[in-house]
Amino acid sequence: MAYDNAAKAEVELPVAMLDTPTSVADWSIIFPVVIALMAGALLAMVRHSRGSQFGFSLISVMAIIAIEAELFYRVLVTGPVAMTMGNWLPPFGISFVADVLSVGFALASAVVTLLVLIYFRAEIVPRETRHGFYPLVMLLLAGVTGAFMTGDLFNLYVWFEVMLIASFGLLIIGGKKIQLDGAVKYGFLNFLATTFFLAGLGYLYGLLGTLNMADIALVAPAAEPAAMTAIAALFFLAFAMKAAAFPVNAWLPASYHTPDAAVSALFGGLLTKVGAYALLRVLIVLLPEQRDIFDPLITAIAIATLITAPLGAIAQTNLRRALGFLVIGGIGAILAGIAVPSVRGLAGGAFYAFHAILTMSAFYLVAGLVERVTQETDTRRMGGVYAYNSLISILFLVLVFAAAGLPPFLGFWPKLLLTEAALQDSDWWLAAAILINSILTTIAGTRLWAHIFWRNGREGKKSEIRNDRLRPLSGLENGYALGATLALVLLVVVIGLRPNLVFDSTRAAAGDLLQVENYIGAVGLESSSAGEQTTGVAR
Amino acid sequence: MIEFYMAPLVGVFFTVAVYLILSRAVIQMLLGITILGNGVNLLIFTLGRITREVPPIVPPGLKQPLQDIANPLPQALILTAIVIGFALFTFLLILGYRAYQELDADDTNKMRVAEPSGPGKPPLSY
Repeated sequence: MAYDNAAKAEVELPVAMLDTPTSVADWSIIFPVVIALMAGALLAMVRHSRGSQFGFSLISVMAIIAIEAELFYRVLVTGPVAMTMGNWLPPFGISFVADVLSVGFALASAVVTLLVLIYFRAEIVPRETRHGFYPLVMLLLAGVTGAFMTGDLFNLYVWFEVMLIASFGLLIIGGKKIQLDGAVKYGFLNFLATTFFLAGLGYLYGLLGTLNMADIALVAPAAEPAAMTAIAALFFLAFAMKAAAFPVNAWLPASYHTPDAAVSALFGGLLTKVGAYALLRVLIVLLPEQRDIFDPLITAIAIATLITAPLGAIAQTNLRRALGFLVIGGIGAILAGIAVPSVRGLAGGAFYAFHAILTMSAFYLVAGLVERVTQETDTRRMGGVYAYNSLISILFLVLVFAAAGLPPFLGFWPKLLLTEAALQDSDWWLAAAILINSILTTIAGTRLWAHIFWRNGREGKKSEIRNDRLRPLSGLENGYALGATLALVLLVVVIGLRPNLVFDSTRAAAGDLLQVENYIGAVGLESSSAGEQTTGVAR
Repeated sequence: MIEFYMAPLVGVFFTVAVYLILSRAVIQMLLGITILGNGVNLLIFTLGRITREVPPIVPPGLKQPLQDIANPLPQALILTAIVIGFALFTFLLILGYRAYQELDADDTNKMRVAEPSGPGKPPLSY
């Protein structure tokens, strides 16, 4: 690279810069993250003024939802759109890419966050506001949205950590013994997972010299296959840990039941889905050849997750711990979609993730209401809620059916797609596992329902005597907590009855995942010039 | 050629880290995770190619540097990872200390509040 000095003086703007300003429409890709981060920072500064926290965070999340809804309809029509920060040309600047998959997940997450914020109004004690519940929720939403939207692998790592730190705070807010215990296990294992991810990133950067996802998708096929397989294995392990796939999921049932029910709902809805999304993005879009090598492994893990998780739920006596196992079962279904990467399979996986974001959050919210009414966390000491508060029992049963995938509820449609895809691919075991998972989830859920609602009293000799430890919901709880739960369950039911929009958009999302050229084109890279455009690592 | 020495060093970091993380004592796990993080930072540093070039500073009045420059990106990546890793380390350190105070245990086997070891049986009715 011996440049002539005279020539250099005449060089115009470096070719790495864009000279057209970013349009306002493109800015809206980054707005949700910016709003969430700014709101988080602002709320943290004024966390001692309790009055403003709730209203301000509510308005921020509503603004995020509005922008994401507009963005969602735009990408549904036009396909993926992208913007790159700081006017750098794509492989150099950090890109944010909005496609149907990422915006759809981000939108569902924001809706869940909104309802959880309303729900939490009934639970919060002043101390938790002062300790920063609202800023932490906004930062968690920023991390989740950023992880969905980013088009840069290192940036994904950063968003993972933003999400992780915010979730640490939410997990221990309140500082009960059980929360500290859960947080130790959650903290160490998740930190370990992100460190594995970082190691994979280091290898990938050393091998390809780029971290832009579109650029990786371009140059990965030409790279040394053995090394790429090792990198894909590291990514797979890291994201499977994040998503709580079968052998590496011990942290989830150890921690998700420890914080307040609203925080559990936020975690159960959002956090594991980010890991699942990262698996979809990395294994399907970036490294499809390595996914083919891992295909038997992914299938086996999907089957093991699908079967073991509801068995764990059946064996549990703690209500929210049992729900934690049902969250894991959902991850198995999403992995099943990755194991059969046809349009139908991927659409099923994406649909299931969308369904799990809504349904599992609603499930935790209802569980929180049950715990309020019974003042217990252990199902053995619950009972008689059916006669006492039948609305909650109906909500719970609807969610059991939705989670198990019984028609016409929301969980049925993705499982239909997944089973069809597995049969098409002649993955008989996988198809069987999806169906067995439905049966086992129904058993686990209805057993919980029978214990909490149907049985008159507590477990034991006096189980037929009326439970006298129940207490009515306060006005605040009826208004905010029950209202928010009702809204979310209603959303699950309505989308379950009219799933066409989700069908169409998940099919579009699966198409985008498989048509990598769309993604690369949206970021602004072209196959021909890929060789020169990578960053400056000497090869 | 310093890469040949860096690679085994990273290996040693990883070995020590794995050994410590497999321990049951929270404080040893914490040290292990920190060493793992540093090992990964060294890994990125090595994989970013170690060259004896000038720093990536463009002389005044020019648009490009005059000669080959060192790759600044790995340092940016590592700096980010160090900052994040340090934040998480401090959090986990305090968390471990608080857990030690509250639960009176540095041994993860004795931390059984969230996952009680007593009631082995699933609910038996229905």
